[in-house]
Amino acid sequence: MKRVYVNEEWCLGCHLCEYYCAFANSNEKDMAKALKNVIIHPRIQLEEGDNINFAVSCRHCDDPLCVKGCITGALSINDGVITADTNKCIGCYTCILCCPYGAISPGEHGVIQKCELCTTNIKGSPHCVVGCPNSAIVFEER
Amino acid sequence: MGINFLYPEYEVIRNMDKCINCRVCERQCANEVHTYDEERKIMCSDDALCVNCHRCVSLCPTRALKIVKSDHTFKENANWSNRAITEIYKQSESGGVLLSSMGNPKDYPVYFDKILINASQVTNPSIDPLREPMETKVFLGSKPKKIERDKDGNLINNLSAGIELAMPIMFSAMSYGSISYNAHESLARAAKEVGILYNTGEGGLHKDFYQYGSNTIVQVASGRFGVHKDYLEAGAAIEIKMGQGAKPGIGGHLPGAKIVGDISKTRMVPKGSDAISPAPHHDIYSIEDLRQLVYSLKEATDYKKPVIVKIAAVHNVAAIASGIARSGADIIAIDGFRGGTGAAPTRIRDNVGIPIELALASVDQRLRDEGIRDNVSIVIGGSIRNSGDIIKAVALGADAVYIGTAALIALGCHLCRSCHTGKCNWGIATQRPELVKRLNPNVGYKRLVNLVRAWNHEIKEMMGGMGINSIESLKGNRLMLRGVGLNEKELQILGIKHAGE
Repeated sequence: MKRVYVNEEWCLGCHLCEYYCAFANSNEKDMAKALKNVIIHPRIQLEEGDNINFAVSCRHCDDPLCVKGCITGALSINDGVITADTNKCIGCYTCILCCPYGAISPGEHGVIQKCELCTTNIKGSPHCVVGCPNSAIVFEER
Repeated sequence: MGINFLYPEYEVIRNMDKCINCRVCERQCANEVHTYDEERKIMCSDDALCVNCHRCVSLCPTRALKIVKSDHTFKENANWSNRAITEIYKQSESGGVLLSSMGNPKDYPVYFDKILINASQVTNPSIDPLREPMETKVFLGSKPKKIERDKDGNLINNLSAGIELAMPIMFSAMSYGSISYNAHESLARAAKEVGILYNTGEGGLHKDFYQYGSNTIVQVASGRFGVHKDYLEAGAAIEIKMGQGAKPGIGGHLPGAKIVGDISKTRMVPKGSDAISPAPHHDIYSIEDLRQLVYSLKEATDYKKPVIVKIAAVHNVAAIASGIARSGADIIAIDGFRGGTGAAPTRIRDNVGIPIELALASVDQRLRDEGIRDNVSIVIGGSIRNSGDIIKAVALGADAVYIGTAALIALGCHLCRSCHTGKCNWGIATQRPELVKRLNPNVGYKRLVNLVRAWNHEIKEMMGGMGINSIESLKGNRLMLRGVGLNEKELQILGIKHAGE
């Protein structure tokens, strides 16, 4: 299955992936309209260090701990993509505690949010990959 | 500190309706133009620091930024231009020599733009390169004077060492030090992929790049930095650099601050010490001396590598080239006055040397007149901007061209001409690790491959239009060219007729 991978050798720490993510999940067509005066809650987040940066988003594990831990069945695997049903999520954050990658975060309305490879928004394919200026984020089969 | 006489040359225009405060401009500008004002919650910029490299413009996700030339002006004066006045302010403040980078930007004639190419109509058929074979492969090196056969009539291979190129293009000399590791890797990998050569420049060859040796020209310049036996043997050819188009008559100076880590090791220069290339080679004061170096290098590499002698295009270039063609060199490289550089004194870059078109035409003619054109191949550089320039250069007598600036532009260079500051935002002309990583060679090499392949397609199209199916038939074929708006003397030097003749 194709997944989003980040090569830290080429990650510049520019944070553009976060903005492209927030834009994609806003389902707006104009980025300025979507993000002007907005505090973004991206589903991919940059980890910054002294000389190393890399963006982290859901690995879409084959045997995901978050799905196992979810007490309401809000998390499920659809064609390999782990998706969250925000109608079922009660905001217990068990999945956030379970995820070894720190890839799940609280969303804007108390429920969780996570990368769904842009399959559930208007972009259709990972928009962080499109926005990465140095091809550090790739969407490929490994 | 006194009064600052300088007003910023460019203004950063930010469309506040579009700016989303993502701060990518701030993070990506090594010149620290952009800052975020926490109180007002807006991005601000200091125009005085901007070099107009477009890094922020290209990365801004909402296209909120553009850079415009300031319309602030001195009282108009046809003699004392804004630039002339500003440069005096700069020098009267610093007391120093003005430094510049990349090629001569001044408004001298571009002869390539005053030459037009022929095409076939009715009386001779044009050729469709998509349907018929079209050859752009070239062989560089001295050609044998006669065909020799053994007693059974079989051909004797009397070819001396040469270079085979898939197309008449090579990447010109840019040293590791003047450009980054990732830029070098991009050039090396692209050269290998398309079957052409790149050139180490005077910076030695990084150990990681020995694997690209068969696509490498190793350079020996006046500082002899990084030269040793393995280095000479690693390349497909050896180039003796006598001069550079951007700064004829002077040497080079890589500041000690850039002699760090692998650059120190590769150049064989102690860390932190300046790498100064003298203006002349101190062992070459005549063609006879040059001949000694040519043969020393050939001897050292068992006569397996062709030797290139690179000179800047200067006033007596034809006579100099004639000497070089008799020195045992296999290839002459001529660099025109628009050739690029990582740093040069502005006055030299802008005022010294001659246009490559005139230099090429006069060298080719002189060598033909003297019957020694076959002794050498001619490679020219100094602002080849597109495949049209290549066709014109080949028709004027070049065997191949060097591209430097064009290759860097393919890698992302925006010609801001600030290489000498060492803060290249595109990761090309810098050694700062966080900037170098901005040039991902996996992306860079593909862009270079795309560029030269696209040019090769265009070369084939234009050759087909002329009814020529081999680049060899175009070489020196000046009847395929016509001048427009050139005077008699210019036409005579270029050896071409005027359009309509």
